[in-house]
Amino acid sequence: MVLAAVPFGIVFGAMGQAQGLPDYIVLAFSALVFAGSSQFVAMTLIGTGASPLIIILTTWVINLRHMLYGVSLIPTVKHLPLKMRLPMGFFLTDETFATVVNKLSQQPNQQVDPAYFFGSGLLMYSNWVACTYLGIVAGHQFPQLTSFGLDIAMVVAFAGIVVANLRLPSHWVCAGVAAIAGVLTYSWPHKTGLLFSAIVAIIAGVMAEDYVGSKPHD
Amino acid sequence: MTEWLIIGGMVAVTFTPRTLPLLLANRLRLPPRLHQALGYVPVAVLTVIIVQTSFYPAGELQLHWRNPYLWGLVVALISARCQPRLLLTVLLGMCSYALAKWLM
Repeated sequence: MVLAAVPFGIVFGAMGQAQGLPDYIVLAFSALVFAGSSQFVAMTLIGTGASPLIIILTTWVINLRHMLYGVSLIPTVKHLPLKMRLPMGFFLTDETFATVVNKLSQQPNQQVDPAYFFGSGLLMYSNWVACTYLGIVAGHQFPQLTSFGLDIAMVVAFAGIVVANLRLPSHWVCAGVAAIAGVLTYSWPHKTGLLFSAIVAIIAGVMAEDYVGSKPHD
Repeated sequence: MTEWLIIGGMVAVTFTPRTLPLLLANRLRLPPRLHQALGYVPVAVLTVIIVQTSFYPAGELQLHWRNPYLWGLVVALISARCQPRLLLTVLLGMCSYALAKWLM
């Protein structure tokens, strides 16, 4: 899980560097925001000259899925003090969630062990920041590398994630509507089409699920 | 300055949805509709980004075989359908893109 994040951290660092941002800004993204996919999206949007408001709104929509993680962890963290639950949120990335859920499935009492949670969270965090730094350095060393293939890296990685998430027929409807709406709204100013298309596709997915039911595909 | 504004805003919209449910623990119940809709967010957002990046390499719609992004995308989609390792999918997709770009 940690290793899988290495190339993404490096690519993010190199991408930010290629975008002409100062090194400390690129590093600040990874150190303060600590959210892989939304950082990539934000960097792409910065490159296209989108307005800060659109960037933040889009990040917000992308990160809403983390609420699902938090909600599903509620019964397993109730025993912990508030002071401890607050910093937990910062480390609750896709990877930390997956690791913690995996650990929970192996233990009988169904309670999150805070040492384990913060341990894996800190490991992911330091790895993510370190790889971002590596990417920045690599970007300085090989400027021609960063002009090549960073957006394709994102496209193929996202394609892999989308395919892994196509579990129900309604997910296919959602992806299809997203693709068509994405084409139709491409020329909208400040990338507003991205947010609009995503919302339309989410509604289409929900409606399709209501219509065909939630039977698993195949 | 704009960069710090973006980072600050992103910190807020990242930290809040992650932390809020944990803090409210027993008191929060998401409306089922919202819960259902959240499940579609990754597919919806990522698909739009894929389409808007790979279909428009130079800012205009290029839905033909000479667009190397489409080769990378198609190979990545096939790879992801056939096996679960994301890293392999990324590698295969990027190699197909590089090959297509080099051949044309």
